[in-house]
Amino acid sequence: MLSLIVSEGKDLTKEEKQRLRKEKKQQKKIKEKKDDKASQENEKEKKPVTSAAPASQPPTQPTPTKTKAELKAERRARQEAERASKQTKKGETGQQAATSKPKAPPSDLQPVVKRLPEHIQVDNPDVLKKLAKKLERQQIPLRSDYGYKVSLFSHLHQYSRKAPLTQQLSIPSTVIHPAIVRLGLQYSHGIVAGSNARSVALLHAFKQVIRDYTTPQNEELSRDLVNKLKPYISFLNQCRPLSASMGNAIKYIKKEISNIPSNCKEDEAKNKLLNCIESYINEKIILAGVAIAKCAIEKQKISDGDVILVYGCSSLVNHILCKAFEKNRKFRVIVVDSRPRLEGKEALRRLVQKGISCTYVLISAVSYILPEVSKVFLGAHALLANGYVMSRVGTSQIALVAKAFNVPVLVCCETYKFCDRVQTDSFVSNELDDPDDLIVTRKGTTPLEGWENESSLGLLNLVYDVTPPDFVDLVITELGMIPCTSVPVVLRVKNVDQ
Amino acid sequence: QDELMLVEYFRDQMKKDPDMASAVAAIRTLLEFLKRDKGETILGLRESLTSATDCLTGVDSSVAVSSGGELFLRFISLTSLEHQDLSRCKKVMEERGELFLEKISMSRTKVAKLCHTFIKDGAKILTHSYSRVVLRVLEKAAAEKKRFSVYVTESQPDAAGQHMAEALRKLNVPVTVVLDAAVGYVLEKVDLVIVGAEGVVESGGIINKIGTYQMALCSKAHNKPFYVVAESFKFVRLYPLNQQDVPDKFKYKADTLKTAKNLSEEHPIIDYTPPSLITLLFTDLGVLTPSAVSDELIKLYL
Repeated sequence: MLSLIVSEGKDLTKEEKQRLRKEKKQQKKIKEKKDDKASQENEKEKKPVTSAAPASQPPTQPTPTKTKAELKAERRARQEAERASKQTKKGETGQQAATSKPKAPPSDLQPVVKRLPEHIQVDNPDVLKKLAKKLERQQIPLRSDYGYKVSLFSHLHQYSRKAPLTQQLSIPSTVIHPAIVRLGLQYSHGIVAGSNARSVALLHAFKQVIRDYTTPQNEELSRDLVNKLKPYISFLNQCRPLSASMGNAIKYIKKEISNIPSNCKEDEAKNKLLNCIESYINEKIILAGVAIAKCAIEKQKISDGDVILVYGCSSLVNHILCKAFEKNRKFRVIVVDSRPRLEGKEALRRLVQKGISCTYVLISAVSYILPEVSKVFLGAHALLANGYVMSRVGTSQIALVAKAFNVPVLVCCETYKFCDRVQTDSFVSNELDDPDDLIVTRKGTTPLEGWENESSLGLLNLVYDVTPPDFVDLVITELGMIPCTSVPVVLRVKNVDQ
Repeated sequence: QDELMLVEYFRDQMKKDPDMASAVAAIRTLLEFLKRDKGETILGLRESLTSATDCLTGVDSSVAVSSGGELFLRFISLTSLEHQDLSRCKKVMEERGELFLEKISMSRTKVAKLCHTFIKDGAKILTHSYSRVVLRVLEKAAAEKKRFSVYVTESQPDAAGQHMAEALRKLNVPVTVVLDAAVGYVLEKVDLVIVGAEGVVESGGIINKIGTYQMALCSKAHNKPFYVVAESFKFVRLYPLNQQDVPDKFKYKADTLKTAKNLSEEHPIIDYTPPSLITLLFTDLGVLTPSAVSDELIKLYL
């Protein structure tokens, strides 16, 4: 171990800190090599020996023999099973440990395989193991899936609201900041819902974290804070999968933190970060909403005599309609709602409070009322790079029916929700909500009560779906009105700016 | 008083060269206005140019005049105007204006060069009303020794189609004038449809003489390619969702707007064709699909 004489109150100089970091990295590498070698030895031993007797110890093992033998036996059993399945697929892959690098290429000559995110590979045991290891290292409990999953969606997580992650946390939790624990609970119970609300809540929680943060000795704020945030993000991801807008916000914060110069004093740095977050919320969310409302109203997208259809509860669409009403446009609104969330009731409440005349229907009546409608306004959860709109489940249905009736469909979305992903269907990447939400009691009976006991019954509660750009006529962003196919241009321009 | 001079100059320009697009005449007028302007500040200059454009739109309410004016303003103010002396700034702006004018006078030739290759030997073409750009394209194709025949719609209420037929007969191109109502009847005989545009909107759709939308719908139903030829100064920052969404100031002639009491009794002279019905747009910026128009607009305007 490198020993440094640190006098009281004096921090290490930059070079010393770098040296310390390098030492730590080297030690980590040595440890990993030892682990690798151990498992390699295990594999090599397995090839000739098929009996269950543990082999002799490799000479470089530092930990006690007894537990190592148990672990070895466990590992060997797992590896045997994996080996059998892998051999049927692709033969020997060489000396790589199955658990340490599931996604790396088998040899250097093959092209690099793009890594898929973990949350859409739930049926792949390697990925799950990797996730479990990562969470163990970060000291965050792993949330287990609940209930039978419909086979088309078995690659996604499905959690139960009755088993929140916080029950498995020790109190007081030293690893996770209490503001983040509260946020995670709010997410998993649906108290904070809607992509704008979730992003703003996330940014406020991060502000609290930064305020309470102190740089430990011998560390730099720009590196250490980013590392501190990683377990928080994993925890929030376990409570409820992150949305695209939250992902963009987190990327921005991480970039800002790593751009803090190392000679900056801690208070200054913290103030700077707090101001950055504040301005991000202000510019990208609040002012963008104001600009979008202005654009929609001034360019006559809401005119007198209009009948506007909205779906669910989008904070942005509600804001636009309220502003248009304030500017004395005469229109009426039809609110379409769907089970199990019934978010339309909240939208209805907000609009009626303003004095806008509203009608309320369920989504099954959409083809009945569409002949009356002159425009459809939809909110978006994210806009994908190929022009597809990801939004609450049911949105693509409304867009489809509107297209059949030749009614223009307008999507309102701030640019911070644009993401680089490409998706053409709703299966690949989605979110499965608690299936127990679908159980409803009518007239004293609950038909689906014992659904877990039926072996052939599966309940599916999807959260998002994806609308193709052919069904969307116009996207209103704070940069102006663009067709759905111009989203990659905006992304390109944004990247150039940054 | 200034306004009268402006309008006079504009009308003169239109009379001098009937082959020139009204937008080009408008831009010439604005350039002249810039040269004669005695303003003291750049901001004042910009405001007076905007009001001059509005005034010209009052004379000729086509979409191209307003889009051309806005683009002209943007182009000349896109350079750095950091000079201390106002007259130097004005000189820079005038030079940019001349450059802009030169560029757009070449635009029709560029479009013709791009488009004539799509006209195969023996083709039967359908076109709508009188468009100078389409005429130029057909001239070029005829000059390349291609044999083709043209069907032109009469295009009421001003029978502009007859004018187009005259011009084509002078080129020795076999031409037939058909009724506006006969578009569906004649479409099975034609191979492609080429129309001009008065304005190209942000969605990639076009604003053109009334009857274009019908023609586009019919050609979609018959699976015939629908081509649009337009110069880049016709790109305008509008985004209509349907016919009703096009502002009234473009739909009717300028005189009608001033004199008519009830607009709903007047016939609109233009309509909007959505981008889903258009196959390709030929512009001096290249051959574009309707979704690429927005990208080009972002580059032009932002």
